Amino acid sequence: MGRQETFYELIRRQGISRRNFLKFCSLSAASLGLAPHFAGKIAHAMETKPRVPVLWMHGLECTCCTESFIRSAHPLAKDVILSMISLDYDDTIMAAAGHQAEEIIEVIRKDFKGQYILAVEGNPPLGNDGTFCIPGGRPFVERLTEVASDAAAVIAWGSCASWGCVQAAKPNPTQATPIHKVIKGKPIVKVPGCPPIAEVMTGVITYYVTFGELPALDRQGRPLMFYSQRVHDKCYRRGHFDAGQFAETFDDRGSREGYCLYKVGCRGPTTYNACSTTRWNEGVSFPIGSGHGCLGCSEPDFWDNGPFYERLETFPQFGAETNATRIGATAAAVVGVGIAAHAGLTALRQAKVKPNSPVDSEKRAG
Amino acid sequence: MSIATPNGFQLDNTGRRVVVDPITRIEGHLRIEVNVDEQNIIRNAVSTGTMWRGLEVILRGRDPRDAWAFVQRICGVCTGVHALASVRAVEHALGIEIPENANTIRNIMHLTLYAHDHLVHFYHLHALDWVDVVSALNADPKATSELAQSISNWPMSSPGYFRDLQNRLKKFVESGQLGPFRNAYWGHPAYKLPPEANLMAVAHYLEALDFQKEIVKIQTIFGGRNPHPNWLVGGVPSPINLNDTGAVGAVNMERLNMVSSIIDRTIEFIDNVYIPDLLAIASFYKEWAGIGGGLSSKYLMSYGDLPRSANDYSPGNLMMPRGAIIDGNLGEVQDIDLGKLDEIQEYVTHSWYKYGDEQKGLHPFQGETVPNFDIGGAKGTKTRIEAVDESAKYSWIKAPRWNGHAMEVGPLARYVIGYVKGMPDFKEPVDMVLQKLGGLPVTALFSTLGRTAARGLECSWAAHALKAEFDKLVANIKAGDVATANMANFEPSTWKKSAQGYGFVEAPRGALAHWIDIEDRKIKNYQCVVPTTWNASPRDPAGKIGAYEAALLDTPMHDPEKPLEILRTIHSFDPCLACATHVLDMEGNEVTSVKVR
Repeated sequence: MGRQETFYELIRRQGISRRNFLKFCSLSAASLGLAPHFAGKIAHAMETKPRVPVLWMHGLECTCCTESFIRSAHPLAKDVILSMISLDYDDTIMAAAGHQAEEIIEVIRKDFKGQYILAVEGNPPLGNDGTFCIPGGRPFVERLTEVASDAAAVIAWGSCASWGCVQAAKPNPTQATPIHKVIKGKPIVKVPGCPPIAEVMTGVITYYVTFGELPALDRQGRPLMFYSQRVHDKCYRRGHFDAGQFAETFDDRGSREGYCLYKVGCRGPTTYNACSTTRWNEGVSFPIGSGHGCLGCSEPDFWDNGPFYERLETFPQFGAETNATRIGATAAAVVGVGIAAHAGLTALRQAKVKPNSPVDSEKRAG
Repeated sequence: MSIATPNGFQLDNTGRRVVVDPITRIEGHLRIEVNVDEQNIIRNAVSTGTMWRGLEVILRGRDPRDAWAFVQRICGVCTGVHALASVRAVEHALGIEIPENANTIRNIMHLTLYAHDHLVHFYHLHALDWVDVVSALNADPKATSELAQSISNWPMSSPGYFRDLQNRLKKFVESGQLGPFRNAYWGHPAYKLPPEANLMAVAHYLEALDFQKEIVKIQTIFGGRNPHPNWLVGGVPSPINLNDTGAVGAVNMERLNMVSSIIDRTIEFIDNVYIPDLLAIASFYKEWAGIGGGLSSKYLMSYGDLPRSANDYSPGNLMMPRGAIIDGNLGEVQDIDLGKLDEIQEYVTHSWYKYGDEQKGLHPFQGETVPNFDIGGAKGTKTRIEAVDESAKYSWIKAPRWNGHAMEVGPLARYVIGYVKGMPDFKEPVDMVLQKLGGLPVTALFSTLGRTAARGLECSWAAHALKAEFDKLVANIKAGDVATANMANFEPSTWKKSAQGYGFVEAPRGALAHWIDIEDRKIKNYQCVVPTTWNASPRDPAGKIGAYEAALLDTPMHDPEKPLEILRTIHSFDPCLACATHVLDMEGNEVTSVKVR
C-alpha cells in the first residue's frame, strides 16, 4: 500500500488550486455553522491528516442509516467517500465480498490499530448465544467487540446502535442490545434517529475529520450540536401550539392550515433532534412539515411509547425558555382551546424535570 | 451424489465447497455456499439468511394504526413498501376506504421508490459486478466521450469531463486508500467492458449517487422525510391546501411544482443515462442471457399493484400485472387468492424454526414460529459455522410455496406475466430490448441478464407512470376534490371486536403481503411474506429448491476463489435480507428462551 496522503495533498494532486481548497474550507465551516475564522483551522487539518479509515459494520438493522447517509447534500456522500474518509468496509456498498471483504477488516485492524473509526449500524442480539445474527458464520457480537477493541472511536449510527430500536421493542425476542452495553473502554458517539438526518451523519464525520476530535457530547453521548434541543423548541408550528391552535384529526381544517399536531400524537415536545431546523433531504421538509406528528424516533424506547396517534399525556418541560410557558398558557386561556393541556403541562413541568434529560433548558435559561 | 429435485434441477454436492459470506452490496445478511465440479461449474447451491429480528412478535398487542411504522423498519432500502402493505391490510380488515387523492399520492410515493431503488440497485449494488473500476484508468477520455455521445444525448459527456473524472479516480487509486473499491475483483477475466465503457460507467456511478437523493424528495414532500416517510391508515398524512388560508402548511402549488420538476429530471436521468448504460453494458455480456435462469422459465408470480382508482385491488384495476405462471406454461396465467388457506404456505423443514409437523406448510393466517437454531451436520460449531448442512436446517428464512411450488418474484416475473398477458406497457419495451441486443429470443429473458434488464425497463416505466399519476392528482384537485384522508373509522371505538385482513404490494423486489388479525382493537397476530423470502427460500420437505439456489446451478466460474459470477446472479435478484427474515408465532408460544449475559 502506498503512503497515506493527506486530504490536502490528495485534492492538490487532483488539480484543485489552493485558492479553491481554501474556499472549500470556508464552505465547510459555514455548513457546520462555524464562525469564519474556523476555515483556517479546517484548512490546517485537511493539509496535515491522512484520510481516516472507517469500518462500517451492520448488525440487526434495516439499512435505513446507510440509505440516509447517501442522501447527504452537503457534503455529498460521494465527496465524503472519495475525499474525506477511507470507507474501507461497508457491506452495503463495498465491491469485495466473502473472504476478500473479511480480510479488509483484519488488515485495517493491524495497519491502523487505534486510528480507525468503527461505525456501527444496527445492534447485536445477545439471545441464543448471539446466533440470531451470524454474518460470516459467527455471532455479530463477537466480531463487533473485536473490531471495536482496536478502534480510535466508535460511532453508533441510528437508534438501533444507540438505543436498541425496533427489534429491541417489547418483548425484544432476540435480546437486541445497544452497542454501548457490549463495547467498553472506547469513546462512543451516538447519532440516534430512525434513521438520523443525512447531514447530521456527515456533519459528525466532517467534524471529526476536520478537528481531529469527537464533537462535544451530552450525558448520553449525543453530539450537542444536533441533539441538545427538542423538535418542539424550534418547530415552525410552535406559534400555533402556544396559541392553542391544533389539528384535531388528519385532513381537517386545522391540519390544512398547518396547525400544531400535538393532539394527533406529535412527539416533538419530548424529542431531541435537529429535524425542525436542519430538516430532511436538503431541507425539503420534515415529518411535521408534511402533516404527520413526530414519532420521536431518536429517543430511547420510542417504540414502546405508543400508541402513536394518542397525544402525549405528559411531557416534562415544554418551553425553550421559561416565559414561553406563561405566554402559551395565557394565549390558550384567551383562545379557549387546549386549556386543559396547557394547564396540566405547566403544572407537570413545574413538578418534575425529566430525570435523564441531557440539557436542562430551564436551568440554561435561568 | 447427484439427486434430481422435484422442480426439475440436478444437484451434486460432491465437488469442492465454496463459501461466500457475507454477500455484500445487498440489504442485510446473506450467505451463499456452492459446490463446483472439476470444471468449476456450480453443481449445488445453498442460500442461507443469517439474521432474525422478530418484528411480528413485537407487533402483538399494539395499536393496528401504528403497525405501518414498525413494519416499515423491516427495511430501509425499499422504504415504504411494508408500510403500504400494512395500511392496506388494516384498511382491508376494518373496511376503511381511502379518498382518490390518497390512492394517487400513495402511488406517487410507491413509484418514487421504484425509480430510486432500481436506479441505486443498478449503479451502486450491481454495476461493480460488470464494471471494472481500475480498467477505467486506461480509457481514452476522447473515445469515452464519443462512446457516450453515440448512445445518449446526456450533456455530461465531453472529453474534458471524462478526463477530469479519470484524473480524480487515478489520484484516488494512487493514494492507496481504495475505500469501498478495496480488495475487489479488478482485472478478473469475467470483466468484458472496454476501458472507455468502464470509465463512462464509473462516471455514471458517481452521477447516480448524486442524483438519487433528488428523486426521494418527492417522498419527503408527501411523507415528511426519506428514508422512512410517514403513512396513515385511512389515507395519507399530508393535507392539500392550494388556495386558502395557511396553504404553506400543506401540499400547495410550490410543493406540487417541486414534485413535477423532480419527476421530469428523474425521467431524463433514467432514459438518458440508466437505459443507455444498461443496453451498452448488456451488449458485452450477452452470454449472461443464457446463465442464471433458475425458476424464471417455469415458476413466476406477481400480486400486481398500483390501483388506478382507489379501493379496487382487482387485477383489471391494477397497473402492474397480477398472476402466476407454473410448470413453464406461458399460455396460462393463474389467479392468486391471498386469503385461501391452501394457496400460500410456509415450510420450516430447512429453516431454523420448529413446527408441530414439519412435513406440512402453514398459511400465514395459521402460521407458527418457534426459533430452533439446530445446525444439523454443519461443519464447525454453532458460533463458528464453516459450512452449513443443507440436508438439515440451514437458514433463518422460511420456505414459502404457492400451491406447493417454489416461485420467483420480482421485476422479471412482472415483465414476463405482463408480456404473456399482452399488456403493451410491458410487451413493447421487452421486444425493443431484445431487438436492440441483436435479436435475442424471448427465452433470453429467463436469465441473469433478463432480470437485470427487466429492472431497468421497469425503472423507466415507473418514472413515466409517476408523471401520469402526478397529472391525475392535479386533475382531481382541479375537479374540486382535495380530500386526503378518511378519518370516519380511525378511532378504535368504531371498530368491530375482531377483524382479519391482508394487504399486498408489488415491492421493487417482488410480491409482498401482510396478514393481520385484530382482536379487541389490538393486533393479535401479524404475518409478512416478502419477496426475498420467496427468492432466497431454502428447500422444502419435498426437496424443491428456491429461486437463488436454482439460478446459481450450472454457472461456470473462472476462479471459485473470486466469486464474481455468484455475485452477478444473486445481485440480479436485488436481495433484501432484513425483509426476508422475520417471523411470528401465531399460537402465542414462547418465542425463544434467551440467555441473559
